Amino acid sequence: MAYRVNISQTDSDSESDFEDMGGSKPGQGTFRFIREPAASTQRCPESLQMDNFRECTGANREDLPFTASGHMRDETLDTGQRKSLQRHHWSAATLKVLSSMPSRTAGINAVIPKYARDSSQQPQTSSHDSSHHSKSIQADFVQEEMEEISAEENKYEQLVSNLRGLSVSEAMRKLRATPLSLADKMRVRRLAFRDVDESSFISRNIACYRRLGLYISRTWRHCLFSCLSVLASLQLWHSPMKILSGRFGTGVLSYFLFLRTLLLFNLFLFTINGLFLVFPQAVNPPPHDLHSNNFTGLELLTGTGYLSQSVMFYGFYTNTTLTTCRAVNATKTADLPICDPLQPQMVPYSIPAAYLFTIAISFFIICIILVYSMSKSFGRSFQVLKSNRNLAGNIFCIWDFKVSKNTSVRLQSEKISTQLKELMSELTSGEDAKSYTQRLCRLMVHVLAWVICLISIVLSAMAVHYLSEACITQSPFKDTELLLLPAVVSAINLLLPGLFNLCTWVENYDSPSVCVYVSIFRNLMLKVSLVGVLCFRWLGRIAVEPESHGLQCWENCVGQELYRLLLMDFVFTVLYTFLGEFLWRLFFKQVLRRNRKPVFDIARNVLELIYGQTLTWLGVLFAPLLPAVQIIKLFVLFYMKKSSLLLNCQASRQPWRASQMTTLFVSLLFFPSYLGAAVSVTYTIWTIKPSTECGPFRNLTTMFHSGKLWVQQLESSNTLLFWLSWAYDFLVENPLFLFVVNGVFLIVIYVHSQVVDGQRRIVSRLQKQIENEGKDKKFLITNLQALFERSSLVSPYR
Amino acid sequence: MGNKQTIFTDEQLDAYQDCTFFTRKEILRLHSRYHELAPHLVPMDYTNDPDCKLPLALIVNMPELNENPFRNRIVESFSEDGMGNLSFNEFVDMFSVLSEMAPRELKAIYAFKIYDFNVDNYLCKEDLVKTLNRLTKEELTPEEVVLVCEKAIEEADLDGDNKLSYADFENMITRAPDFLSTFHIRI
Repeated sequence: MAYRVNISQTDSDSESDFEDMGGSKPGQGTFRFIREPAASTQRCPESLQMDNFRECTGANREDLPFTASGHMRDETLDTGQRKSLQRHHWSAATLKVLSSMPSRTAGINAVIPKYARDSSQQPQTSSHDSSHHSKSIQADFVQEEMEEISAEENKYEQLVSNLRGLSVSEAMRKLRATPLSLADKMRVRRLAFRDVDESSFISRNIACYRRLGLYISRTWRHCLFSCLSVLASLQLWHSPMKILSGRFGTGVLSYFLFLRTLLLFNLFLFTINGLFLVFPQAVNPPPHDLHSNNFTGLELLTGTGYLSQSVMFYGFYTNTTLTTCRAVNATKTADLPICDPLQPQMVPYSIPAAYLFTIAISFFIICIILVYSMSKSFGRSFQVLKSNRNLAGNIFCIWDFKVSKNTSVRLQSEKISTQLKELMSELTSGEDAKSYTQRLCRLMVHVLAWVICLISIVLSAMAVHYLSEACITQSPFKDTELLLLPAVVSAINLLLPGLFNLCTWVENYDSPSVCVYVSIFRNLMLKVSLVGVLCFRWLGRIAVEPESHGLQCWENCVGQELYRLLLMDFVFTVLYTFLGEFLWRLFFKQVLRRNRKPVFDIARNVLELIYGQTLTWLGVLFAPLLPAVQIIKLFVLFYMKKSSLLLNCQASRQPWRASQMTTLFVSLLFFPSYLGAAVSVTYTIWTIKPSTECGPFRNLTTMFHSGKLWVQQLESSNTLLFWLSWAYDFLVENPLFLFVVNGVFLIVIYVHSQVVDGQRRIVSRLQKQIENEGKDKKFLITNLQALFERSSLVSPYR
Repeated sequence: MGNKQTIFTDEQLDAYQDCTFFTRKEILRLHSRYHELAPHLVPMDYTNDPDCKLPLALIVNMPELNENPFRNRIVESFSEDGMGNLSFNEFVDMFSVLSEMAPRELKAIYAFKIYDFNVDNYLCKEDLVKTLNRLTKEELTPEEVVLVCEKAIEEADLDGDNKLSYADFENMITRAPDFLSTFHIRI
């Protein structure tokens, strides 16, 4: 009677049976055994209680009215009861069934190496009595594997036929990601692609054009790989980065990777500008003015004098059209030969149009590259299921395999131990009930720190503003005084983050990631406000009334200011690195006699890089060679930071979530930095009147007009291009078209975000379903065990 | 491209390029690294696939692996005989899986193999205890270690057998986005 359990019964009769048996009957050895563990683990078979049984087998799984957590609160953990569910209480037959379940043998089946199959020869070091059962599992495994060796051959065949069905690049990608050994992969590759490579085309009667297509794809593959190998050999700074990551880990490496990315952006900008803008104008220089020929060293720093007349700044560029020959009655270009209509001529190259379009197109391409890298980086770091505590994931993903120096390895172990201890204390003690006064105290400290930081930011912005106003009103600009404003800005950028660090140290945040985010936010506010004040100075004051400040060429002035800012920033960084880190270490060693080296502040340094890049992007309109300055600066910065790190700093003790931080930095590069620069440049091109005496846009109302003029010029010289001006009028200048395009983009974005939401909901439902399946499985297994025991009526050990 | 190298035939290099995440130049560099581990044993001419395996002790002395607490398990997981003797193919395979471009699924499979100390295709409590001891180098007390392992298994085990199968492990890895950046060795 005690064993009236019948799993196949699904109607409600069995329900009452179980309830009777569970409650009142005393001699229920196995059923008590089944029911008791219901009280133990969190995902326990409450399913053994009958209401669950009915719902599991009858109703739709998604309508389960309860979740594991609902029952968890009522029951208490009892390790004695939990053990009864563990493996060594199950019979060998149950274990055999368990181990041959499809879910246990999926996925990793392809990877089982031959030595795991001979597992009976492996020395068993475990001393638990479960080792007996693990051996029996492996013995069963061996048996099953012997039966399935022929199945393995089938799997190879299956893989080969799968690969044949795909295109070549897809097949390669799939082959590389297959978890086979390299020798097996090569064998599969030979089998899959042998027929394609051989000239069995004739025998297969493939059509001519397809044969040609296959031949082309094969040669293209070879070319692509040789090009890729050339590109890969250009991998800049591969070994210095390896040394750094070996010693400091992934966090510090991400700073240097970011630096390299910025270098590549600037290289791209420099190449485009150089090819289309600087080179044509440098080859045909405008007539030289010839005052200020004495070149002093200070001019390299201030950008005035000789440099201001060079190809570096806006003023050098003319509003002419470059041609190799002239029309018959042209008087300006008298030194050029007369155009011969029969001979081929160079297309007239209009410098103003080139200036406008080069800047516009390079900004557009940078936008696309930034959005693409942001989305890729976001995809890598995206957490599908939000869980604030992933202890097991922490254990397996926490060791940074790149670290190879023994002191760093030891440091990493300490870091991990501390982190785990903190996690464990959080888990065991739960939330500390802080007293009311303690919480109030902490709140006061936080508010005070925030107030101090905000006040300091506002004060420094105001200081820069007043200094800039004072400089403007007391023109003419003298040489050394020119450096005052950039020096003040750079000094603020250097000192205030130290104050912010002090504030966060006093505030003593609980979690280190919150601490990092807060300090990044404060730094960002400071830099945004400083750049905002400076932009107002340039675009709102200098550009608007240039004559009142005695400026003939305000774009040159703005370009020079940006140049000075960039250089001063670099000078201060060099000073800080040498004096700050070097002297700090000496001070600690000699005076305090402690071997504590400073820690490399990754967030602060990355924000410095982003600030420098913002200045470059702002300045590229006024000084087309500014990316070259930035390239040189980044190059020197890399080696300087590297040597300073290796000499003076030690690895940080705080954990650094590298992938999330990289996503954050790329987003920061896009959102305040690039977009701000793009908006300023667009505003300048669209609204501000260029100066009348210098530059390629003189005598135009706005810089944008040059594009229209060029289109009209093209149309007048060649009537076939009339559609260009039509396109310009209706597409670029017509607001309706732009509204429609924006509307379409917004709709597409909305649809995609809804799709993502839906997918997230589906994922959480699937997660619940997995948990419920686990409960079902447990229930079935225990019932199976009961059946086996009933049928054998012997001890569980065979 | 007129490389004048005689270590591999062109077909072999093509095969390596197609089956791993390395380019030709990197394969040749790997071969020179393999060769300098044991210059007398490793032939310079691989055109006829010589059968040469280097023992575990030589491979774990490489500077990239020397201080890694899992170095023995890493090398054993990629060796065919399970004892850590790597041929050149297995050597390349190891660094290809640990390189930057290997996808998450592939890395997860081999990470599971590496952490499975008793090679039973499950991560049981003993495996986790060993992993944790190597990670923290005896800084935690044994009770703390056991507690951490129990909590970890409790959290990640989805089918309730008190050990982690590959499905559990993969599920856990998808929730840890740092896996791709930490499970990476530069060579």
